[in-house]
Amino acid sequence: MIIRNLPAIIPLLFLAAALLIPLINLLKKNSAFSIAVFVSLLASVVSGYGLYYVDTNETIRYSFGGWQPPIGIEYVYDRLAAFVALVINVISLIVITHSLKAVKEELSDREMPYYAITMLLLCGLNGIVLTGDIFNLYVFVEISSLAGYALIAVGEERSPFAAFRYLLIGTIGASLYLLGVGFLFIMTGTLNMINLAQILPSINETPTVIVAVTLMVSGIGIKTAIFPMHGWLPDSYTYAPSTTSALIAPIGTKVGAYVLFRLLFFIFGIDYFSRILPVGDLIAFFASAGIIFGSIMAIAQKELKRMLAYSSVAQIGYIALGIGLANPLGFIGAVLHVLNHAFMKACLFLIAANLRINEGHSDISKFDIKLGKKYPWTFAAFTIAALSMIGLPPMAGFFSKWYLVLATIDSKAWFYLGVILLSSLLNAVYFFRILERIYMKKYSSDEIKEEVVFAGNPNKYEGGLSLLIPVVLLAAGIIVLGLFNASIVSLINRMIS
Amino acid sequence: MFSELFLEYYDYWFIIILMIVGMYGMIMKKNLVKKIIGLTIFQMGIILFYVASAVKWKATVPIYTPSVPNTEIANYINPLPHTLMLTAIVVGVATLGVAFALLIMIYNRYKTLHEPELLERMK
Amino acid sequence: MHHIETYISVIPLYAVLVSIAVVPLILMSARNANLREFWTILAGVIKFGLVLTLAPDALQNKAAEFTIIEIAPSVDLVLRADPFGIYFALIASGLWILTSFYSIGYMRGAGEKKQTRYFASFAVCLSATIGIAFSGNLLTFIIFYEILTIATYPLVIHKETKVAIAAGRKYLIYTLTAGLFLIAASAITFILTDTMEFSAGGIFDSTVIPKNTMIILFMLFLCGVGVKAGIIPFHSWLPAAMAAPTPVSALLHAVAVVKSGVFGVVRIVGFIFGPEVMSSYGLNIILIVFSGSTIIIGSLLALRQDNLKRRLAYSTVSHLSYIVLGAALLTSSGFTGGIFHIATHATMKITLFFCAGAIYVNLHKENVSELDGIGKVMPWTMASFTIGALGLAGIPPINGFVSKWFLGIGALEANQIIVLVIFIISGLLNIGYFFPIIQRAYFKEGYDITKNREASMFMVVPLVITALLSLLMGFYPDLLLDFYSIASGISSSLIGGAGL
Repeated sequence: MIIRNLPAIIPLLFLAAALLIPLINLLKKNSAFSIAVFVSLLASVVSGYGLYYVDTNETIRYSFGGWQPPIGIEYVYDRLAAFVALVINVISLIVITHSLKAVKEELSDREMPYYAITMLLLCGLNGIVLTGDIFNLYVFVEISSLAGYALIAVGEERSPFAAFRYLLIGTIGASLYLLGVGFLFIMTGTLNMINLAQILPSINETPTVIVAVTLMVSGIGIKTAIFPMHGWLPDSYTYAPSTTSALIAPIGTKVGAYVLFRLLFFIFGIDYFSRILPVGDLIAFFASAGIIFGSIMAIAQKELKRMLAYSSVAQIGYIALGIGLANPLGFIGAVLHVLNHAFMKACLFLIAANLRINEGHSDISKFDIKLGKKYPWTFAAFTIAALSMIGLPPMAGFFSKWYLVLATIDSKAWFYLGVILLSSLLNAVYFFRILERIYMKKYSSDEIKEEVVFAGNPNKYEGGLSLLIPVVLLAAGIIVLGLFNASIVSLINRMIS
Repeated sequence: MFSELFLEYYDYWFIIILMIVGMYGMIMKKNLVKKIIGLTIFQMGIILFYVASAVKWKATVPIYTPSVPNTEIANYINPLPHTLMLTAIVVGVATLGVAFALLIMIYNRYKTLHEPELLERMK
Repeated sequence: MHHIETYISVIPLYAVLVSIAVVPLILMSARNANLREFWTILAGVIKFGLVLTLAPDALQNKAAEFTIIEIAPSVDLVLRADPFGIYFALIASGLWILTSFYSIGYMRGAGEKKQTRYFASFAVCLSATIGIAFSGNLLTFIIFYEILTIATYPLVIHKETKVAIAAGRKYLIYTLTAGLFLIAASAITFILTDTMEFSAGGIFDSTVIPKNTMIILFMLFLCGVGVKAGIIPFHSWLPAAMAAPTPVSALLHAVAVVKSGVFGVVRIVGFIFGPEVMSSYGLNIILIVFSGSTIIIGSLLALRQDNLKRRLAYSTVSHLSYIVLGAALLTSSGFTGGIFHIATHATMKITLFFCAGAIYVNLHKENVSELDGIGKVMPWTMASFTIGALGLAGIPPINGFVSKWFLGIGALEANQIIVLVIFIISGLLNIGYFFPIIQRAYFKEGYDITKNREASMFMVVPLVITALLSLLMGFYPDLLLDFYSIASGISSSLIGGAGL
């Protein structure tokens, strides 16, 4: 039955695409984009069905090569994995659909390798989510990271150096994780997550395991860009090609968060990291520092992409805070925020991409009412995403914050409650700053003083429907996710029950 | 006590020193190539750690052969750490490849690999 | 306590949605001003009609309920048109029709730009206000409360001058912060009680929660809804927001937005905490201190204002706290008076703002010191102004007297003589800041204009209507819509006794 092979199909689909794109491109030029779209559409459909299947039936476990776990590598397709895989694939489908023009514009003759590596990145991200083996996870982390370095490096002039720094830091992160895996393996003799979860409770107070947890969490923390290990993120997101930032910002770091969910909630268990080792407290503390730091830095930025990058640091903080609070409500908030933030950030980064393609810049200080008039739908979408980032109902962003707020109260963590509330205000500052400019700032140049006349766009539909539709779709998604979050939350509830 | 800690686990101490050397190179060296060398040394430390953890003297490969009477499980070596490290080495090589590709891009643009100079030229 | 019978009906949803539904139509008919205004009026009439069909329920203690969607597990997005909600919705939607007519006259008379955005935002604001009125639980309340915040913002900054933008920022900072406090308070309530439903008499079990927790929670709620209710020290956005066009000040800053805040206070006092919990934890004292000092300080500040709209704004600040104070007394007459004051203050203050706007459009005067002799120039306007001003000062037979009377009785019932003193002092202060205006208008020579120069009919007719309403409601508190009966009904559902 094909459904039994589902966990393997999704990463293999992308891997095959990554290999096939160069080959088919030899036969038929310019086919890379269509293959990429087709494959990610297929992956979205498959993972959508997969989520439905595992939610109504049972977890799918797939043993590679027929080697039974714990000896062989196992892929586990449970609700959490299916959920995150669906988020990854849907977001990447939308971003890749959008990318045609952006990639042509920014990378001219390098489309083929770009899409091939994108497929590799998605193979890695899906693999991380679906694997049930902690060493296999390391391999996928490195596959996705290497693809990520390459995708970032083809951006603006400074991008190779940003990518190089990311590579150094990222490799340290992955290496620390690998070291942690080694410690765990020495203690337990297994790499299988489910098996580990059974063995660990009997030995989990030994120093070796504690060192292992510390190493693994800090390694993944670097990949997730949890403050203060976020240093690589702003430069990478800023100088990367628009499509890359739109792809990596919403889902790249989220996968790191997913690994933390797996490690802390499923392998070690809530009890472990709140009782034996104060990992939760530490994560929550750094997360809240990151929330404040990211928000303040975002206020200081003059360039949209860079501002969004710092905002990502803050938003990752929300997810990490949800993890660190180590209660079911925090888990709900964090997982919900993975989804919501993916939509919001993808929407915002795509808008930045659109502006760069159409206007040649995304410089906030040049935003004015003319720009707003020229791109009414784009900025309507921006407004929705911004309100959602601030956390105003009924947008999706409100509800993830709502659960985080509930979680802080449930843990009596008043300080973190204050942090969440304060950060909403800071978000409001940096988003309303832009909204004010777009809807009210008169011309930056003084020579034109008469009332703004809407003269029509240079190109129809605000730079083309292929650029506009994904943005509007994501914005609509933000509202829909907000209104229908109850069913998502009950799904998340089923993940931990 | 302390001598025991050093003598018994000298291989691990060696690994720790290796990793520290690697980390030092990555952080302190100004030349980007030297940073990559540091990175590689750091990774080697981890690979050696796995290999060292699986060392077992006078043991044999874990293949059951009736002609050899060595059937005690304790006499088998666990091959997994070594095979894992084959993968890790491949990953390390790939990382190295990407890193050098990036360095070529950087050098083509800025004609230097010396970090302070690079930052100066980027302004 | 009266049991409220609930039945399922879609009318509350329609009543909320109708004004949002015309927003696309308004935007599409941007080029045809008459058609655009037609949509606004149409929506206003339909909305008011829908609320009116619910009005009989309010007297029979029935509530139409509609669950839109389960917004979070075990929490629904639910609209419940209980008597208090219907009461508020009647006021807001009824006055919206008048304000719409007035807006047409004002916006065209003053030559304001971006009228499409103005009318569209106004329609969204009304949807949000009705949504607040009909919210069945705290989460629904928060959602509409925040929508109202955002939808009002374009109206506050409408003129897009430096002052307006600064006022907009101030408005956002105050209201968004308040929204956060409200969210925090609601979340704590949810964790403590596992419910967020509004229920007459409260949802807290008074025995289990420690006193400090309760006081902090109450303060959070107070910060949350107190900003929109203009309680000092959270009031200063309100005078700043007077940078908005006058119809906005009239409807939103005298009726919809600030009354949403006051409505929220009464909801929280009566339907979340409940009178028993309020008094057993001593929370009513906190509320009395805040609202009492707001009444006095607000009136004193009003005395100092020369700008007419700012004077009215500070008067609003002080009068909003009448309502809050009425609720804080936790007596039957206190609730009746406070809730009735929502209606009476709405009719009187909207009259005053309408007058201020008419004067501004007609004569371009904004300051009290420039109003000498204006009574002869704009007789209808100033007559209405006088009615409104006298009413606010609590002089019979205008409706302001009725609500103050009950507030006074409420103070006696609660044995709070000091509250009675506050009411009396504030009445004197009201006279202090309104009479100079009337005196200048009628007894000083300023304009030697022989001919009558009233503003356009679009503006004068609505303000005369509201003035007449204020006057007639003084004689017949149950005039037209049984506001008084509904108010006393709500009060008795909260306290248990008959509302006199």
